[in-house]
Amino acid sequence: MSQSQPTLQIEDLKTHFLTKAGDVKAVDGISFNVNKGEVLGLVGESGCGKSVTGFSIMGLIDHPGKIVGGRIIFNGTDLVGLAETEMRKIRGRKIALIFQDPMMTLNPVLRIDTQMIEAIQAHENVSRKVARLRARDALGQVGIPSPDERLRAYPHQFSGGMRQRVAIAIALLNKPDLIIADEPTTALDVTIQAQILYEAQKLCRDTGTAMIWITHDLTVVAGLADRICVMYAGRIVEKGGIDEVLDDPFHPYTYGLIGSVPSRNKRGSPLYQIPGMTPSLLKLGSGCAFRERCSRADEACKNMPQATKPKPGREVRCFHPHLETS
Amino acid sequence: MIVAQNPSPPILELRGISKRFLKELDFAGRMAERLGADIHEELVHAVDNVSLKIQQGQVVGLAGESGCGKSTLGRIVAGILDPSEGQVFYRGQDVALMPAAQAQATALKIQMIFQDPFASLNPRMRVQDIIGEAPVVHGIISRKEREDYLDEIMLSCGLDPSYKRRYPHQFSGGQRQRIGIARALAVKPEFIVCDESVAALDVSIQAQILNLFIELREKFNLTYLFISHDLGVIEHISDHIAIMYLGRIVESAPSEALFENPNHPYTDALLREVPRLENRHAEFAPIRGEVPSPLAPPAGCHFHPRCPRAFDPCAKSAPQLVTLGGERQSACFLNDISMSKNG
Repeated sequence: MSQSQPTLQIEDLKTHFLTKAGDVKAVDGISFNVNKGEVLGLVGESGCGKSVTGFSIMGLIDHPGKIVGGRIIFNGTDLVGLAETEMRKIRGRKIALIFQDPMMTLNPVLRIDTQMIEAIQAHENVSRKVARLRARDALGQVGIPSPDERLRAYPHQFSGGMRQRVAIAIALLNKPDLIIADEPTTALDVTIQAQILYEAQKLCRDTGTAMIWITHDLTVVAGLADRICVMYAGRIVEKGGIDEVLDDPFHPYTYGLIGSVPSRNKRGSPLYQIPGMTPSLLKLGSGCAFRERCSRADEACKNMPQATKPKPGREVRCFHPHLETS
Repeated sequence: MIVAQNPSPPILELRGISKRFLKELDFAGRMAERLGADIHEELVHAVDNVSLKIQQGQVVGLAGESGCGKSTLGRIVAGILDPSEGQVFYRGQDVALMPAAQAQATALKIQMIFQDPFASLNPRMRVQDIIGEAPVVHGIISRKEREDYLDEIMLSCGLDPSYKRRYPHQFSGGQRQRIGIARALAVKPEFIVCDESVAALDVSIQAQILNLFIELREKFNLTYLFISHDLGVIEHISDHIAIMYLGRIVESAPSEALFENPNHPYTDALLREVPRLENRHAEFAPIRGEVPSPLAPPAGCHFHPRCPRAFDPCAKSAPQLVTLGGERQSACFLNDISMSKNG
């Protein structure tokens, strides 16, 4: 693997759900890269396709969903259309997924050690004893006190924050090259969220693991991510470095989202408001999906805008981006 | 106790409110206990000796992590729960001692808006009944006036009155939250308890609802107790903020003062950990540990096991909430030291 090659390259990925009511284009032609040791923030509101993107990378799209186009190149291998036996060697070992609700990923009737040892032995031929030691180290690594004792506990004996740490520890077990974190701190309190963010940040720095942090919360991404992709209705509408995008958003949607976040200098005054709500993916016509809610929309927006690069390292999908502001 | 600066009594005052929940043992548990098993009834101090004054027209934010008792306190204010100890005063009168008719009128004046717009609306009622039932029952409007009144309330909450014959499931999350707000407003309240009312909404919808709260406050001269775990939201909307930790208020101050210069170490830690748009590539330096179980809170100051500045007295007794000049109150022994140094 050469130094410059990104860990993950997604090219024009399309994941559609072929339902009786029609085709739901949950992900419709997205492209992005994640480099080694980098945190990519994938931001959007409910139903924009950010979680489906994560599931597509993991090869976890079930019927009626289907990857209908594009490539997912992970360390040089295209994961789209890879045989299930091959995918199983990668899933959980080279790419790990952390969910919002750790109760969903942990088996409630198995002890933590059973689940962790199983995850190691599924991918490597090691003894139970060695696997157990590695499980203990992983728990210690994510800041769980007295990991030896906690290994013998059941998931219900952990608090929400601790359970999420266990889920992260399991994701770390096989030293993956890529971690996909799907809203992992949304259900947690502020102080616990800060602890998890701290662990995530340390991890990427220390081990060079690449990370995709999927969230609806711009403020979390602001502190953690190096680059950001903003999704709307199945497409990436804007992408770029975190500072550039947050300080100088091009797309009207990004602009609106940033204005919607309550912050220090807007106290008491009305927040910027994006009118309306996210459209149903079933009823998307041609053209820009945001045009119904957009103050800048005009006739041109009835066509689908292509991604343009107004500045190096930046990309936006809009006919009327906020380019004049600076 | 703080001396009232305003001549008029606060619209709402809590004095020494405590709420305990007792989890009683079932039959099997009682038998096991008799036979010497180590099982006991569990007592939770959800709210522990809380006093708070809210002035007319003010927005008071109540913030804290899960399990700190903020929702329980909100429910006591709204009259859904009775306090185990302490008194609630509404416009200077003890709610518990009011004659029945006045108590009912007061209950109407204090309304609540809930977190989950999916669980708090009856799925089998049409929007016109959800919003319109209570004002007719309570004689605020006559049945004849109902249609016009409904249109007016729905419009002021940003709902299209032509949707009034629909059921809740036909609306999106943000619109349902608007229905919940319209329901609360329909009985002409003066005081609204918002319990995590924007927590379940998407960012762009959350902004719409927050703007609606600010707009309605001016239009109807409302007073809010705004409960949230999201300090960004609390900071945005509140005039005054109270921070709770394990059932107690640890600090209470005007928003500006609290965010500029937090006094209590817990407030300080909490505010530093609020993710903000301005904080890029942040160095996360979280406080240690987690909120302890409210079943067995630490002795003394509940925060001392996690506090970076804890010293001897913290483990021994609980610091009282003392006024530190202006409208700021804080419960921390460090203030005693700095005060004795200065004095």
